[in-house]
Amino acid sequence: MLIKNIRFFAIILFASLQYLLFIHNAFASDIFKPLHPKKEVAWQFDGVFGKFDRASIRRGYKVYKEVCAACHSLNRIAFRNLTEIGFSTKEAEALAAGYNIIDGPNDIGEMFDRPGALADHFVKPYPNSEAARASNHGALPPDLSLIIKARHDGANYVYSLLTGYKGTEPDSGGLYENPYFITGKLAMTPPLADGIVSYDDKTPQTLSNYAYDVVNFLQWTASPEMEHRKKIGYKVFIVLIVLFIFCVIAKKKVWDDAGK
Amino acid sequence: MTDNINEIGRRKFLKLSAGVFAGACALTTLKPLISSMNPSKDVLASSTKKIDVSGMKNDDVRVEKWLGKPIFIMKRSVESLKIVDEVSMDALKDQQSDEQRFYDRNWLVVIGVCTHLGCIPIAKQGDYNGWYCPCHGSHYDLSGRVRKGPAPSNLVVPLYDIIYNDPEKKNASHIIIGVEKGTANV
Amino acid sequence: MSNDNKIIDQSKTGSVVDWIEYRLPVFSFIKHLCDYRTPINLSFMWNFGILAGIALVVQIVTGLFLAMHYTPHVAHAFDSVEHIMRDVQYGWLLRYTHAVGASFFFIVIFAHIARGLYYGSYKSPREIVWICGVILYVLMMATAFMGYVLPWGQMSFWGATVITNLFSAIPLIGDSIVSLLWGGFSVDNPTLNRFFVLHYLIPFIIAAFAVIHVIALHQFGSTNPTGVEVKNVKKETVPFHPYYTYKDLVYVVIFFLVLFMMIAFLPDYLGHPDNYIEANPMITPSHIVPEWYFLPFYAILRAIPDKLMGVLGMFGAIAVLFVVPWLDRHPTKSGKYRKYFKIAYWIFIFNFLCLMWLGGQEAAEPYLTLSRISLCIYFSYFLVALPLLSKYEPISPDIPESIESSLKSKG
Repeated sequence: MLIKNIRFFAIILFASLQYLLFIHNAFASDIFKPLHPKKEVAWQFDGVFGKFDRASIRRGYKVYKEVCAACHSLNRIAFRNLTEIGFSTKEAEALAAGYNIIDGPNDIGEMFDRPGALADHFVKPYPNSEAARASNHGALPPDLSLIIKARHDGANYVYSLLTGYKGTEPDSGGLYENPYFITGKLAMTPPLADGIVSYDDKTPQTLSNYAYDVVNFLQWTASPEMEHRKKIGYKVFIVLIVLFIFCVIAKKKVWDDAGK
Repeated sequence: MTDNINEIGRRKFLKLSAGVFAGACALTTLKPLISSMNPSKDVLASSTKKIDVSGMKNDDVRVEKWLGKPIFIMKRSVESLKIVDEVSMDALKDQQSDEQRFYDRNWLVVIGVCTHLGCIPIAKQGDYNGWYCPCHGSHYDLSGRVRKGPAPSNLVVPLYDIIYNDPEKKNASHIIIGVEKGTANV
Repeated sequence: MSNDNKIIDQSKTGSVVDWIEYRLPVFSFIKHLCDYRTPINLSFMWNFGILAGIALVVQIVTGLFLAMHYTPHVAHAFDSVEHIMRDVQYGWLLRYTHAVGASFFFIVIFAHIARGLYYGSYKSPREIVWICGVILYVLMMATAFMGYVLPWGQMSFWGATVITNLFSAIPLIGDSIVSLLWGGFSVDNPTLNRFFVLHYLIPFIIAAFAVIHVIALHQFGSTNPTGVEVKNVKKETVPFHPYYTYKDLVYVVIFFLVLFMMIAFLPDYLGHPDNYIEANPMITPSHIVPEWYFLPFYAILRAIPDKLMGVLGMFGAIAVLFVVPWLDRHPTKSGKYRKYFKIAYWIFIFNFLCLMWLGGQEAAEPYLTLSRISLCIYFSYFLVALPLLSKYEPISPDIPESIESSLKSKG
């Protein structure tokens, strides 16, 4: 009787999980299928045991700072967050102090400049979206803090996009060909090329490494809680499995008395 | 029923331990819930505040806001310090010497919240040349120490660091609230 | 008496219990709940009720703590949710639990309704239990819809726009109703504010109706897999405590295990990436989809080309649930002993899952035609199959005499 129940239950669970998997592909699909399926990279953060590759994230931060930050804001990250990826407090303070923050008003009602502090958020390249559009032929470079979560299969998407440009010259409309973008052409100039960022470690300075590192960085900016979350997942799993066993045995003992 | 005592005992233990374990798990869920009510990371990071005091004259009192509370900064004159020196320990409810409270006696830095029930005392009022709290009549002196009234203790001295223009430390340019003495990056 | 019954023995418990009991009979009420006789043969399909109650508590508790940090203003809502995710201690845990918990609440409820439909739990004399249940389902859908708007992402905003616009289909007064709902001329700050208030309020109305739902149930007791009512209380029922408390505990642990695994390892799986983009009234996403639990009704809405008929079809698909006790009057309660009903039922379930998938596809062929076929099957289950089966399905000779005899034959 119990075996029958368990079998039935297991079938239902398996079937529902399969169904959920199936349906997920259904409603997450894009109407315009990109011309190429995305490149799939084996990311270190993927999977139940995924972790952050902090060395890669720090390199990715350098790529962001030297290449992407010219047009893309990263509003949700504060300088104090940099200590989570391996910078010391002093290093983070120094990085922050390298930026100019507009603060105020002061006692006489004026806005003034001051160097950045740990509590400040990353500085926007443009004061508002209108200025951003004006400097980018009408296109708005999105904020990158959440970009990995805001795109389906975000990590692979961003990596494919950055490494997927066909050529570096724009067409007559000022757009660049990239089969991984939803319409096949996008307004962003190919941002990466071999050697444009000098790494502090021995990692080869190639386009694909820059893309790999910056995606690792952006994965962290989108999900900074990831490692803590998975760690709690392991603990809860073990505790609840043990609790489950206890409860099943207790239930059996209780039901042994049934009908007596 | 032919259960022996052992069987009944085992059953009871099992049922009890399952229930207790489940209860313990339920209580563990309280931790993140209650933690979430603690100050969030951005609040904890609300930095130190740097105040420009170079323009202050003798016996000037400035009020600044820090972590949602007022800070009183007073540039004490020689005359004020003389008055402070004349106070004996026995007269104090909360015995602290002025030297214990302020490492540069030219500068008084206190949190401007009355230690009675939290109102903001008014400067240059009251019977002791210091502050007077209008809510329930506490009087504080020129060192921010309570002298009369229901307040139980002296005005609290926060962490602060003074930045000077000169190596002799005679002219202060800035006071930074919230950092230990000597640790501030200029 | 078994060891597990709590008898209030005055000499042992002393006067505190008596003092309280005399003024407010809490202890005898708890004893009544524990002693409540429940059929001995309930399967795991009967556990979903308590799981729904647990899911409601999880949502209310996490929601309460989230509300301490959330700001229901269009300029701050999205930022406040990111503040919760990044800065509030364990804020990400609260947010993900609440989001994934909502999906799990619906999974549990669908299973609970599926049980009710299969075993004829809606039949006399339990019609009010069923109607209460459908009211609860409608309230849940309203709450979930408004809750999804609160993060103020692209899907939040555009989902709200599409669904509130539905009411403009009402002839004559439609447009006035819509601007009443909006508090303006489009989904904007007044809309967000009132959705927050209502989203906070309705779960407590759900809790009240859940209590009424259980009171109505306790009038006649639970059904059981045979569909035959209890005849011998002593042999065919057991006290709720400890038998079903311990059994429920097992499934509660499973519920939390699966819920937590999803939160820890796949927290955004059931959501939509577009909701991580802040709402922009000037840009419509390429593919507006509601959350998965609304997809079957969304499919029905889009399948009907006429605006008003589409709205009526969608609401009709929910409204038809209210009258199921009067559509199916077959004397046999349990689908276990109704072989033709079984076929209709499983076709219905499969069709419902198809509708769910179709709701997530684009509104184009072949999906539109398939949705139309599916919608016909959906309604014909209720309006054609159930009444016809009530009249013409022969009564099975296999129905056991009683629960007791069904247990004996199992050995």
